[in-house]
Amino acid sequence: MLGAARQKMLGQSLQRIRPMEKVFRSYSSAAKQMTVREALNSALDEEMSADPKVFLMGEEVGEYQGAYKISKGLLDKYGPERVLDTPITEAGFTGIGVGAAYYGLRPVIEFMTFNFAMQAIDHIINSAAKSNYMSAGQMTVPIVFRGPNGAAAGVGAQHSQCYAAWYGSCPGLKVLSPYSSEDARGLLKAAIRDPDPVVFLENELIYGESFPVSSEALDSSFCLPIGKAKIEREGKDVTITAFSKMVGFSLKAAEILEKEGISAEVINLRSIRPLDRSTINASVRKTNRLVTVEEGFPQHGVGAEICATVVEDSFGYLDAPVERIAGADVPMPYAANLERMAVPQVEDIVRAAKRACYRYVSTAAAA
Amino acid sequence: MLPDSQVAGLNQSKPRNSAVLRITLRQVLDFPGGKVAFTPQMEFLSESPEVRSPCYRVLDEYGLSIEHSSFAEVSKEVAIKMYSDMVTLQTMDTIFYEAQRQGRMSFYVTTIGEEAINIASAAALSISDIVVPQYREPGVLLWRGFSLQEFANQCFGNKGDNGKGRQMPAHYGSNKHNYFTIASTIATQLPHAVGAAYSLKMDKKDACVATYFGDGGSSEGDFHAALNFAAVLEAPVIFICRNNGWAISTPLSDQFRSDGIVVRGKAYGVRSIRVDGNDALAMYSAVHAARKMAISESRPILIEALTYRVGHHTTSDDSTKYRSADEIECWRVKRDPVSRFRKWIESNGWWCDETEMELRSSVRKQLLHAIQVAEQAEKPPIRDLFTDVYDVPPANLCEQEKLLKETIKRYPQEYPAHVSV
Repeated sequence: MLGAARQKMLGQSLQRIRPMEKVFRSYSSAAKQMTVREALNSALDEEMSADPKVFLMGEEVGEYQGAYKISKGLLDKYGPERVLDTPITEAGFTGIGVGAAYYGLRPVIEFMTFNFAMQAIDHIINSAAKSNYMSAGQMTVPIVFRGPNGAAAGVGAQHSQCYAAWYGSCPGLKVLSPYSSEDARGLLKAAIRDPDPVVFLENELIYGESFPVSSEALDSSFCLPIGKAKIEREGKDVTITAFSKMVGFSLKAAEILEKEGISAEVINLRSIRPLDRSTINASVRKTNRLVTVEEGFPQHGVGAEICATVVEDSFGYLDAPVERIAGADVPMPYAANLERMAVPQVEDIVRAAKRACYRYVSTAAAA
Repeated sequence: MLPDSQVAGLNQSKPRNSAVLRITLRQVLDFPGGKVAFTPQMEFLSESPEVRSPCYRVLDEYGLSIEHSSFAEVSKEVAIKMYSDMVTLQTMDTIFYEAQRQGRMSFYVTTIGEEAINIASAAALSISDIVVPQYREPGVLLWRGFSLQEFANQCFGNKGDNGKGRQMPAHYGSNKHNYFTIASTIATQLPHAVGAAYSLKMDKKDACVATYFGDGGSSEGDFHAALNFAAVLEAPVIFICRNNGWAISTPLSDQFRSDGIVVRGKAYGVRSIRVDGNDALAMYSAVHAARKMAISESRPILIEALTYRVGHHTTSDDSTKYRSADEIECWRVKRDPVSRFRKWIESNGWWCDETEMELRSSVRKQLLHAIQVAEQAEKPPIRDLFTDVYDVPPANLCEQEKLLKETIKRYPQEYPAHVSV
């Protein structure tokens, strides 16, 4: 069973997802298909065009067109003054970006992955997040830090960590994590326009995935609000919260659960900080059961915060303990079979939802 | 002709006669990065120079102009302001340090011994130049017009503090004076400075950035990144290193093994100079020239100012524990930059004992008054706990502020009386 499921998983992460009616009824009209990569590229292009203060800086963003081709065409269009290829010094170019932001420019700093951003985390936290407060409003930091976050495929421990919980705990930062192309466009535009420092956590495996985009989202003034989650799928039996790639997994899990008579509500968080506590709580008050899903390590994760907030605000509404699905508590292994076991899969989410609905059969019996 | 044994180790064909040897010697190759000439002599570049980089100085230790020295002219007005500000800085340090020792202030950082670096560099810059300090450069802010009351307010964290009581004492900052707010993190200001300089360049402004750091700060990774980037980006930034001999208790020999900081400029492709940091005129001239080059040629400049940290690292340090009191005393008295500059302005007939007494007593009075006022002033309102985390206060903080206000109203006896909401 595991082998077949793994085939399916790998296959789908490399293919376009076929649109499903339930998921996309919330879009005004599925006018066009757009990959997340195209969405990010167009958002960057439009914001750089609209505001000459916006500029992009990072390794390989210029001549190479971006390590993941997100910045394709931007060097040709805006020139080397606004698309800067940097030496290999994350701490360096992050610090320089912060300095430019102090001055009043609006830098977009690209990290090849957020794993490498750890070299720059002092500047992200101590220079960017805290400066507005420490300077009593004299030094604002309208900067965006973006790049792939979390696990890719077969890249091992130092290239696979999810940093949502780390940045999500820090006051002064806003932390966003898009799932679909519309998310990517709307949230990146919002991030670039925001006067506060924003950490924008993308996912390498979804760059190539295609989603329908409404005509509203194609407009250059399109923007999504920061701090609002999106109900991707309505349901009444159990709430599943997720962000980034796990939204896709949760939607698949919801379909499987549907067949077994469990109606799952899937919430795409979109925003890790500020967390949309009211949407989450309203959903739990409706369904009375909660499963949190994330790729990152379990201890002190995003799910822990969601669980705490639901216990604080909606304790009386819970009919079952909160279930947390997270990555395994080990550094990410490389071998494909081990990696698969270290990251949440659709069946993990399905089992957790069933446990929350007291439909769970013990592991011994299921094996 | 070289013996085969010597040549064998070199990656070249063995010269069989002198004609071939000559051709080999004249060859250069176009490696990535440019042409490089070859040499058949295996020579390692020495780790330390035979002669250390010389130090630029214009006034001798008696405050007299050295013959044939070149320096930028300083008018009587500017010279008197420079001297007055050096005295003010020195006096402020003495009085605020004492206030901390008396328990009136929680913490303080003195600049004793480095007054010339502070004031002279500030005097050579223009107000449109952005200053990105470490934390031992209040003199630059003083020169630009930050008042003694404002200094005191920040140290006492009262409601007059333009920093809203957010930071420890001596962490000044003022947009009005083009002086970035001080952060405690070491050397993080260096890449910030490069970013700001790059922005100035993009805006085509007739201004540069001046950033300061110590000998200890030069060991941080950010120093490397900043110098390297500044050279690559061709950013108009002046890096001013206050090499004062000590990083808390770490002496230079434990900090690095290079010939100070000036030699590192060359390593990054940055023009650099070593200056006597206790010679106000030399400092002024060097910064003046550096500024011109930085702006007109759009390049970074590195200035290493040699000096001595006469005071303790901060009030949390007792430097007599790791260095001799004699050494400190020698620098404090015999090599005081303030009295050295005084001798120069006196020799020009611009200063005398009377003006000296007047200045010192006036400044002392002002400082004592400033402390008194600052101490008795109200602390910042409670609402300042919640603002400036973000541009617009988020819902959770608004809620918490409301809750806090209600709690204070209900239990006023649990909260200090003189703090407003």
